Amino acid sequence: MNKTTLYTLKSLYRDDFRVTGYEFGSGKKSVCIVGSSRGNEVQQLYCCSQLIRKFRQLEAEGRIAAGHKILVLPSINPCSMNIQKRFWPTDNTDINRMFPGYCLGETTQRIADGVFREISEYQFGIQFTSFYMPGDFVPHVRLMDEGFSCPETARQFGLPYVVIRRVRPYDTATLNYNWQVWDTQAFSLYTTSTARIDPNSAGQAVLAVMNFLSRQDIIKYTVPGGLRSRVVNDADLISIRTAKSGIFVPMVKAGDTVEAGQPLANILEPYEGDILETLYAPLPMTAFFVHNEPLTYADTAVIKLIES
Amino acid sequence: MIKKVASVGLPVDEVLEIRKNRILPERHGGSGKRISIVTGIHGDELEGQYVCFELQRRLEGHRECLEGIVDIYPAVNPLGIDSITRGIPAFDLDMNRLFPGNIDGSMTEYVAARIIEDLAGSDCVLDIHASNIYLTEIPQIRINELHQDILVPLAEAANVDFIWVHGASTVLESTLAYSLNNIGTPTLVVEMGVGMRITQEYGNQLVDGIFHLMKKLGIWSGEAAPVRKPIISRNPEDVCYLNAGVSGLFVPVAEHGARLGRDALIGRIVDPLCGKVLDEVRAPEDGMLFTIREYPIVVEGSLMGRLLKKEVCGYE
Repeated sequence: MNKTTLYTLKSLYRDDFRVTGYEFGSGKKSVCIVGSSRGNEVQQLYCCSQLIRKFRQLEAEGRIAAGHKILVLPSINPCSMNIQKRFWPTDNTDINRMFPGYCLGETTQRIADGVFREISEYQFGIQFTSFYMPGDFVPHVRLMDEGFSCPETARQFGLPYVVIRRVRPYDTATLNYNWQVWDTQAFSLYTTSTARIDPNSAGQAVLAVMNFLSRQDIIKYTVPGGLRSRVVNDADLISIRTAKSGIFVPMVKAGDTVEAGQPLANILEPYEGDILETLYAPLPMTAFFVHNEPLTYADTAVIKLIES
Repeated sequence: MIKKVASVGLPVDEVLEIRKNRILPERHGGSGKRISIVTGIHGDELEGQYVCFELQRRLEGHRECLEGIVDIYPAVNPLGIDSITRGIPAFDLDMNRLFPGNIDGSMTEYVAARIIEDLAGSDCVLDIHASNIYLTEIPQIRINELHQDILVPLAEAANVDFIWVHGASTVLESTLAYSLNNIGTPTLVVEMGVGMRITQEYGNQLVDGIFHLMKKLGIWSGEAAPVRKPIISRNPEDVCYLNAGVSGLFVPVAEHGARLGRDALIGRIVDPLCGKVLDEVRAPEDGMLFTIREYPIVVEGSLMGRLLKKEVCGYE
C-alpha cells in the first residue's frame, strides 16, 4: 500500500486541505474508487475505509493481480466533513458539480481539477455517492445513459439493481459524467444511508466492489453465488408522492417487498395528530427509496417503488 | 393587484406563496405588451428588492403614461430571502438550476414550473441578480450567445454599463433565463451590486433603464431618461479573471470600476497572524475592474476580481 497526498490547498487558519489516496498493486490504471465528495457522506467514507482495509490484506497475501493498480480516495472533501457541512465551507459550492475542474478557476474548480488529474485515465471509476433528497436506498449501482458504461458490466457488482439514469443538464459537471468523457467506465454506488453509518449496507457495498474486481480479474477473491442484477431505467421507478405536508410516518423500509394496496406511510397533521393522508402501494413491488426525515412537504416523492 | 403565482402548504402551519404585483394601465386599450421584473431566485441577493420598490414608486407618479402591463415578482424564493439563504432552505438546492421545473414534480419543481408558466408570453423579462456575497459587480446584463440576436438590442436599452455575451453551457440550461428564452420569452439576466446589500445608485440606474426599455416596447409613453451606451463583450478573451494565488485576507487598493494600467496594484493578500503580505494582486492587462472582491477572506482560487480589457472598453 502506498499512501500519498494527491492534492493540497493551504488555508489561512485551518490545517492544509489534503486529498489522500491509497494505491494498491502496480501497473496499468485499472480502477479508481472515490468516497465522500460532500461533508455529510459518512457512509461513503466508511465504505472506502473498509475497502482499504480489505485491499491491504489482499496485497499482503499477493492477491492483487499483477499489472493492475487500484487507487482509493476515501474523501475528496475532508474540509467540509470536519465542520459537518455538505458543501464547500466558504462558498457552499458542490465539488461534485465542478468536474472536470479548472486549474485557474475558483477554489472548488481547482480541487476538482487537481483531483481529476490524479483519477482520470483509469479503466473503471467507482464513486460512492448520495442523493440530494434525504432517504434510504436499496443498495444499487447507477450509470448514465450517455457514454460507454455498460449495464452488463455493472451487473458484475452483483447488487440487486442496476439503474440507468437519463442525463440531466446538471449531471454534466459530475465526476461520473466526466470520467466517461475521458474514457473511464464509471459507476455510482448507492448504499442505504448517507449521514449515518449502516454497517450492513456498507458491507454489501464492499462485497459488491470485491465481486466486480474479482470478475474483472483485478483481484483474486472468492465470489459467493452471484446475484443477477435487474437493470431498470430511472423512469421505471414508481414515485409515491405526498398530497399533503406534515409529519411523515413510514410503515416500510428500503428493501421491503410490498403488496398491492399495502399502506406505505401516513402523513400526520403536525399539531393535532390526525392522519391527513395514507400512501398505498399501487402494485406488488419493492420499496427502493424511502424518505427518512420526520417532516415532509406536499408533492414530494417520499417513496419510490421498483419491480421485485 | 397582488396575484398568487404558486402556493404550497408547508409541514407546520404555514403556506408558501409566490406572489406578484400586476400593474395595469389606467385606461383600457394600450399596447397590450407586458414586462416582467423577477428577482430573489437567490435568497441572499437583494439589489432587486429596491428596484421593485423604486419602479413602482415612479410608476405611481405617472400612471396615465402606462400603456401596457408591468408584472413584479419580488421574491420567487421567499424562504431563501427570509432565512438569508442563497438556495432553497431545507433542500440546499440552487433554485436557478431547477427550471423549467415540472408541474407534476416535487414542491420545488412545481413552484419552478408555475413561475415559468406565469412569465411565459411576457414581451421582456428582467431577472435581477446581485452577484453574491463575495463579489461586487457593475450593472451588467449577461446573455447566452444562443439568444444574443434578440436580447442584445433589448439589453442596450436597459442603461447598464456592460453587456456580457457568454458561451453556451449545458449546466446553464436549468436556469430561469435559458428556460424562458428557449420558449421564446426574451429574458435578460441583470447582475449588479453585491449580495445581502442594496446599492441605491445601481438600483436607480437600472430603474431608469427599465423605463427606457418599456418605452421601446410601447409599455410606457412618459418621460424616460437617456441611457448610457454599454460596453459589449462577445469574446471570452476580453475578460481577465483574477483568482487568489494563496489563502489569506484580501485588502483591496483599487476602486471598483477603476481603469487600471497593466501591473497596477489591485489589492494585497495578507496574513493577520504573522502580519505579512502574502501576495500582491496586480492587473494583468490595461483594463477596467468591473468585478471586485467584497468578502475579505479568500482561499486559493477565490475570485478577487475581473478585468475587462482596455481595447474592449474603448476608453483613452
